[in-house]
Amino acid sequence: MEMLKVENLQVYYGVICALKGISFHVDQGEIVSLIGANGAGKTTTMQSIMGLIPIKGGTVTYNGQVINRVPGHKLVSRGMSQVPEGRRVFQDLTVYENLVLGAYTQKDKAQIRKDIDEIYSRFPRLGERSRQVAGTLSGGEQQMLAMGRAMMSHPKLLMLDEPSMGLSPLLVDQVFDIIRDYHRQGVTVLLVEQNAKKALSISDRAYVLETGSIALEGAAEDLLHNESVQKAYLGE
Amino acid sequence: MSVLFDGLSLGAIYAMIALGYTMVYGIAKMLNFAHGDIIMVGAYAIYTTMVFWGKGLWVAVIGAAVLCTLMGILMEKLAYKPLRGASPLAVLITAIGVSYLLQSLAQLIFGVTPRPVNLGSFGSVEILGASIPVSTVLTLVIGAVLMAGLTLFVNKTNTGRAMQAVSEDRGAAQLMGVNVNFIIMITFAIGSALAAAASVFYLMQIPLVEPLLGSMPGIKAFTAAVIGGIGSIPGAMIGGVMLGVIEKICLSIDAIKDYTTAIEFGLLILILLVRPIGLLGKKRREKV
Ligand SMILES: Nc1ncnc2c1ncn2[C@@H]1O[C@H](COP(=O)(O)OP(=O)(O)O)[C@@H](O)[C@H]1O
Ligand SMILES: [Mg+2]
Repeated sequence: MEMLKVENLQVYYGVICALKGISFHVDQGEIVSLIGANGAGKTTTMQSIMGLIPIKGGTVTYNGQVINRVPGHKLVSRGMSQVPEGRRVFQDLTVYENLVLGAYTQKDKAQIRKDIDEIYSRFPRLGERSRQVAGTLSGGEQQMLAMGRAMMSHPKLLMLDEPSMGLSPLLVDQVFDIIRDYHRQGVTVLLVEQNAKKALSISDRAYVLETGSIALEGAAEDLLHNESVQKAYLGE
Repeated sequence: MSVLFDGLSLGAIYAMIALGYTMVYGIAKMLNFAHGDIIMVGAYAIYTTMVFWGKGLWVAVIGAAVLCTLMGILMEKLAYKPLRGASPLAVLITAIGVSYLLQSLAQLIFGVTPRPVNLGSFGSVEILGASIPVSTVLTLVIGAVLMAGLTLFVNKTNTGRAMQAVSEDRGAAQLMGVNVNFIIMITFAIGSALAAAASVFYLMQIPLVEPLLGSMPGIKAFTAAVIGGIGSIPGAMIGGVMLGVIEKICLSIDAIKDYTTAIEFGLLILILLVRPIGLLGKKRREKV
């Protein structure tokens, strides 16, 4: 079943065309990645889907409903959640407050407490820093916080924009383990990455974005062995 | 002693107004130049209820609070919301326009002559050997309660946390499911309600209403907000109280009392020279 369907999506920054009508879809239960060089339009895609950037043309359909004109904040209670590029945790708020904000759409207080406990047991370092403002955390800790925060709304579709950016190899592995873990819990994943090899290795399918257009698409396995992909994105 | 009390209560008034400037700046990222005029709206609301309709003080206070809150919400909806995402200059000019609009409306309805409004006499109490007017004590106590309440609200409730989130990163807040437009509306509502409270205490000190009543306290409170660090809630409180105390101290010394306003703005310049972000202002870390 198609969970997210993007058709002919066009987005402009002023007169600059950032997305020239791209189409892709994510089926329920999949991990799909969107790979591409810097400036290809990956972040623009993610943010326009969630209503942070206005859409010029095309349609975005989520669970069969067109969501182009749905205010972004309403998408969260419908089960969409995003870990934005650059993590964007609330630097001046504590770790705990960040997580509580992640549960902004949730009403069940006991469940929220349970979710936070679960995140703290998964990331003990966050638990130890519960009352510390997020701005004092290391990059890796902030990424874990951003990922935990995004799960607080119990998403059905989790979108991650370059979650491994700027992290050490060990932390990158951890980030991908967590994504796999969330996926195992039944979350559908749309992943944007520059680390194409890692992304493809955990994905079912992938799309290659080049300057605002989809250049290639296919099963992740096939793209991993595709010669042009290897040259351009896998550094082989 | 009584100078200190006067200063503190004037400071509480400034702080209540400064909170409106600072919250709107922090959350909506704009300078609401018309904020001072909300005080004037509150003052005329009190005038109308008490002098025209002959109602008591409490009715007038509630009326002013309701009217100011609605005005704040309306102002945001009609004038500022359509400009979301527009250049800061366009928003600033609009805010100045709204300010003139409110002042002109007041002139049309009530004329330019200042009108007296008597909130009643409250007598005075003896505190530490000094005779302090009850109105001063009321201003201080209620001001403190309102500010403590606001601090609790901002730090302990979901809406308050959402306000902090919007203030720091509007986009990320939206990704949490926060309705940014609603939060901005709430911010205007709270700021305007505080301005209504300020108008009550202002009239206790100077019982005259006129269309330009809001400008001077507005400018002073804005100064206080900048001194405290615009965008910072505790900053606005500290800046307001500081400015009120300094103003009353200057006014009590014959040799410098004519220079009071100059001294206050001089203080602003001095503080900004030493600390451009104000006392408690936060330097935004630029994201990479
Ligand atoms: N705020 C903006 N204003 C103007 N152009 C932008 C803005 N953000 C991104 N762009 C442009 O849009 C294109 C796509 O950017 P982006 O979506 O961030 O790419 P990616 O995430 O793939 O690196 C780039 O050419 C970039 O320069
Ligand atoms: Mg990007």
